[in-house]
Amino acid sequence: MSIAAKDSAKPGRRTSLRRREAIAGYLFISPWVIGFLVFTLGAMIYSLVISFSFYQLATDTARPAGFANYERLFEDPKVMTSLANTLYYAVLAVPFEIVLALGLAMLLNSVRRGAGFFRTVFYLPKMTPTVATASMFLLLLNGNQGAINRGLAAIGIEGPQWLIDPAWVKPSIVLMTLWGVAGTMVIFLAALQNVPRELYEVAEVDGAGPLRRFWNITLPMISGALFFNVLVLTIAAFQIFDQAFLLFHRDQVQGASDASLFYAIYLFQQAFRQFDFGFASAMGWLLFVIIVAISLIQVKVGNRFVYYESER
Amino acid sequence: MVAQTPIKTVQAAAAIAAESPEPDTDRRKRRKWFGDARGQALTPMGWVGQIVRWVLLLLFAALFMYPLAWLVAASLKPRGEVFDNKLIPDTIMPENYAVAFDEMPLANWIGNSIWIAVLAAVLVAVSSSLVAFGFAYYRFPGRGVLFGIVLATMMLPGAVTLVPQYLIWNQLGFVGTNVPLWGANLFGSAFYIFLQRQFFLGLPRELFEAAKLDGVSAWGQFWRIAMPLSVPSFVIILLFEFQASWNNLQAALIYLNTGSQEGYTVPLGIASAMTKYSPTNGGQGDYQYVMVAAVLVTIPMLILFAFGQKSFITGIATTGRKG
Repeated sequence: MSIAAKDSAKPGRRTSLRRREAIAGYLFISPWVIGFLVFTLGAMIYSLVISFSFYQLATDTARPAGFANYERLFEDPKVMTSLANTLYYAVLAVPFEIVLALGLAMLLNSVRRGAGFFRTVFYLPKMTPTVATASMFLLLLNGNQGAINRGLAAIGIEGPQWLIDPAWVKPSIVLMTLWGVAGTMVIFLAALQNVPRELYEVAEVDGAGPLRRFWNITLPMISGALFFNVLVLTIAAFQIFDQAFLLFHRDQVQGASDASLFYAIYLFQQAFRQFDFGFASAMGWLLFVIIVAISLIQVKVGNRFVYYESER
Repeated sequence: MVAQTPIKTVQAAAAIAAESPEPDTDRRKRRKWFGDARGQALTPMGWVGQIVRWVLLLLFAALFMYPLAWLVAASLKPRGEVFDNKLIPDTIMPENYAVAFDEMPLANWIGNSIWIAVLAAVLVAVSSSLVAFGFAYYRFPGRGVLFGIVLATMMLPGAVTLVPQYLIWNQLGFVGTNVPLWGANLFGSAFYIFLQRQFFLGLPRELFEAAKLDGVSAWGQFWRIAMPLSVPSFVIILLFEFQASWNNLQAALIYLNTGSQEGYTVPLGIASAMTKYSPTNGGQGDYQYVMVAAVLVTIPMLILFAFGQKSFITGIATTGRKG
């Protein structure tokens, strides 16, 4: 990285070449540096300052607020509600996503023909824009006349009021999330294809059954992909916004029940409906701390269980 | 504000990376989860297992495809039937499409979305390539630390910078225009920088050494050697960012919601249409027009997918590397 000591003995040409190279390098990366200073680092500092103030957009004035915005995080019951909703959704969605994605990937990995076709079929929903997905599920999940409940009625099950009954609001969103599970599936598929088949052969010679082979070979060998997927899906679940907004919070009226009030939704409402930027910034920082904490915990736990190729 | 969380992009990248076709011989050699151990001809029991799996896969395929098939059907139904679960409508109304264009400024929305997505994709692909080239080929003090920061920003949740970015765009006077939907792309995006750098590192350095000896400037080396060679990964970035921009609801809500309907992007337009036709808002429940819009917003993505799969396979064929 730095100019090596042996070059300082003969300055001049060598050093100027190095300098020219460094200048060229800095020029090439300058777009990112500018963007980072303004839209990331600058924005983070700005956000921190605003979170300690009462900010008025109309007049562009800020009064110092001390810790008032942060105190409100613990006093406002809706913050707790939205946090609990988000946690509940994450705990519900992530395991289902992992199980379905891994199950489909293993199915695909075990057929000798047609895997490409099925992979494409499973991937199409992932290509469907969120707004299209949400608008079709708005009708599909309609409690009285929706296609899903009609289908359930045909086999003698009375479907719930998916989008109205608070108990079914989160499962509705999980259902939409599961429909786009192909991204996770394909990562599992890539991992499964890298498992050396000698391992299975040896296990089979030793008389291990399919379940045993899955538990003792497949799972350890794909533990890296499993860890990656759990981490990524958890972080995504904590930021759930689009689906919940489109289904329950489109209009300004607070018609939606608190069951669909997720953290990102409440933050959005505080910032762009109430224009309480100070409080919204404090909420943003709380989310940041929570996501970092969860990631660190998962990395810690993951390191104990994940098998890395290099450890052989 | 780059539209998509890096997280989703990483998923998509891994997804595309796994799209590579394996030749049949490979598929046959590969050890299956359970089944024939040495990829030999299937025993009768093996065939039974295969058929059971195909049935399961077909079942899942039907479940996954039903909503899409239903969507196309719903867009052709009259108001009274739009909720039903038939895939072949009783009354087929292609005129829904024409009416939808009269009911909503659909053409404007699609035009806006395409224009913004193309701009966002091209800008971010070029700027990320420039930055990646700097990180891949030049030694300068602080390079390791800076690249570490690039990777760290991939983990930053958008919620932290949402408010200040809005205030920055507000100070610059761009709230109410679509500039914030692509402006930040001028500065590259962490995940794409990472992707392009990986690609550049895989190119033989000798190419650039030789060009340097021939007196080609750094700028020339980038445009005349690095860019033509990196077309495959460049196309991947274009596709990802186009999709991210096409899906971007939150930014449109924040920056365009105050403007006129004609300035909306498709996601924002459809969101407003969902509300407009809702009976609770005094609408008639004419959801078939929303379904028309949903079909129209999905088609470009399916085209992109057909095209993207191909381009990526070409990329793998030319580089011999997966992703």
